[in-house]
Amino acid sequence: MSAPEQARAPFLFRTPSAIPGFPLTFAFTGAFLLLIVLFPLATLIGKASGLGVSGFIAILSERRVISALEVSFGLSLVSALVSGVVGIPIAWALTRYDFLGRRWLDAIVDLPFALPTAVAGIALSTLYATNGWFGAALAKVGITVAFTRLGIVVAMVFVGFPFVVRTLQPLIETLEVDLEEASASLGAGRLRTLWRVVLPPLVPAILTGIALAFARGVGEYGSVIFIAGNLAGKTEIAPLLIVEKLEAFDYRGATAIATIMLAISFLGLLAINRTQAWTRRRLGDV
Amino acid sequence: MSDATIAIAGPQPTSRVDLIGARDPNWLRLVLIALTILFGAAFLLAPLAVVAAEAFAKGAPVFWAALSDPDAFAAIRLTLTIALIVVPINTALGIAAAWTVSKFDFKGKTLLLTLLDLPFSVSPVVSGLVFVLVFGAQGLLGSWFADRGIQVIFAVPGMVLATLFVTCPFVARELIPVMQQFGSTEEEAALSLGASGWKTFVTVTLPNIRWALLSGVLLCNARAMGEFGAVSVVSGHIRGLTNTIPLQVEILYNEYNIAAAFALASLLALLALVTLGLKSLLEWRVHGSLR
Repeated sequence: MSAPEQARAPFLFRTPSAIPGFPLTFAFTGAFLLLIVLFPLATLIGKASGLGVSGFIAILSERRVISALEVSFGLSLVSALVSGVVGIPIAWALTRYDFLGRRWLDAIVDLPFALPTAVAGIALSTLYATNGWFGAALAKVGITVAFTRLGIVVAMVFVGFPFVVRTLQPLIETLEVDLEEASASLGAGRLRTLWRVVLPPLVPAILTGIALAFARGVGEYGSVIFIAGNLAGKTEIAPLLIVEKLEAFDYRGATAIATIMLAISFLGLLAINRTQAWTRRRLGDV
Repeated sequence: MSDATIAIAGPQPTSRVDLIGARDPNWLRLVLIALTILFGAAFLLAPLAVVAAEAFAKGAPVFWAALSDPDAFAAIRLTLTIALIVVPINTALGIAAAWTVSKFDFKGKTLLLTLLDLPFSVSPVVSGLVFVLVFGAQGLLGSWFADRGIQVIFAVPGMVLATLFVTCPFVARELIPVMQQFGSTEEEAALSLGASGWKTFVTVTLPNIRWALLSGVLLCNARAMGEFGAVSVVSGHIRGLTNTIPLQVEILYNEYNIAAAFALASLLALLALVTLGLKSLLEWRVHGSLR
């Protein structure tokens, strides 16, 4: 609907339609979202504003809080980039190649979405413990994963990489193969074609996937806490610190950390959206 | 059903990909396939395998004893109860939201969609925390409920609320793209022929969206049964009373009762596998490539 049309009918809440059921479905949806989603989140913001600027800053400048936020956001960023690096070739192989077990692998890429995080947490922790299947082998070459920051990255990549694969796959399917043909017929090598013809239109989807993996990593709790070690100042993530503040009945502290997490995640997603819009402008409508 | 109904990702190999100019060199194919299989084995299969191995590490009798423990049994019952309350409500919400959004144009639609998506981008822990702030002792509604002897937080009602919050986008997310693709022409035809609104929904809309609906319900259920962070924050962690399966798994694991923890975890892993299997079947069915 264009702006002038709206201006002509300023008091019309919705465009008339022959389809029935609007009052019922709209009222139910609206009431649910108001009560279950908006009201609780608004309560958090209300409580946070009750802290006052100085109270807020006091809580957020505690060394333990700073460190937990650094661990959560820093390692989420690292994990999201790793997810991007492994997710791109996996999406490509699962979509473009045919090999034994492809359909099975493709189905099971969603496992981190479906597997309860607590189960993922104890499974990863057991695998990478120094006496675990992977942990024992890695210990021989001097790498410790469990109870270190590396362990946090492993858990965050586990929950994050499917986002990259799943945002890329539909796009790879709709790529114009003719363009690749044309590129080849004009004398470009395959790698050059992949880099110059195939990759550019995929960039927005790659960024989206990485952003989703990042957002998931920042908030992730269950998969991470079992493998993280949870040492304050070293391997303690922000969500865990919220839980600990709550258990100590420090509701102010928990509220402040939760609010800053919400705010930074929101800003991060906004930045990525901007980047995407910029990429689209630069590469044309892809 | 038209091909345009596909809203879910899934590979569709085309012979055109094998055009000479669009074919990757063999060494590249080998490297990428090897990487995919290795990563899949290490990151997807190994965690499943270790759950099964640890669950049965001390033999089947220990496995069965862990599952028939009264606290485990209570956790299973509570998990099922919460799912039985939450999944129907959020299914109804998903259908209502998808109907509102895809059949009508109204002001504030974007806001409604944003609110509906919000729980996906909120940390599970924060999802639990907001309900503690609302219903806790110092919360806005906490004292009102406490005066009437109703405990919301650290009890089952709070866990239901937190699960409702966390799982509310699933059904709507699956339905909205499908319903938008179908448009409203079929419904308009049915209505003009004199069908009631409800009859139109059941006989015209429902058959079109049934697979997406089923897929959304499956995902909603999996999350409702497996949710950990949000439920953990609002649960009282009382054995036999306010522990769901994931919470019981955590307690057992932290007590170094590894075999019992993994025995219960294997139930959840099985749930995840069944969910994935059914969802893949649905996708292959929609793609019409089920051989």
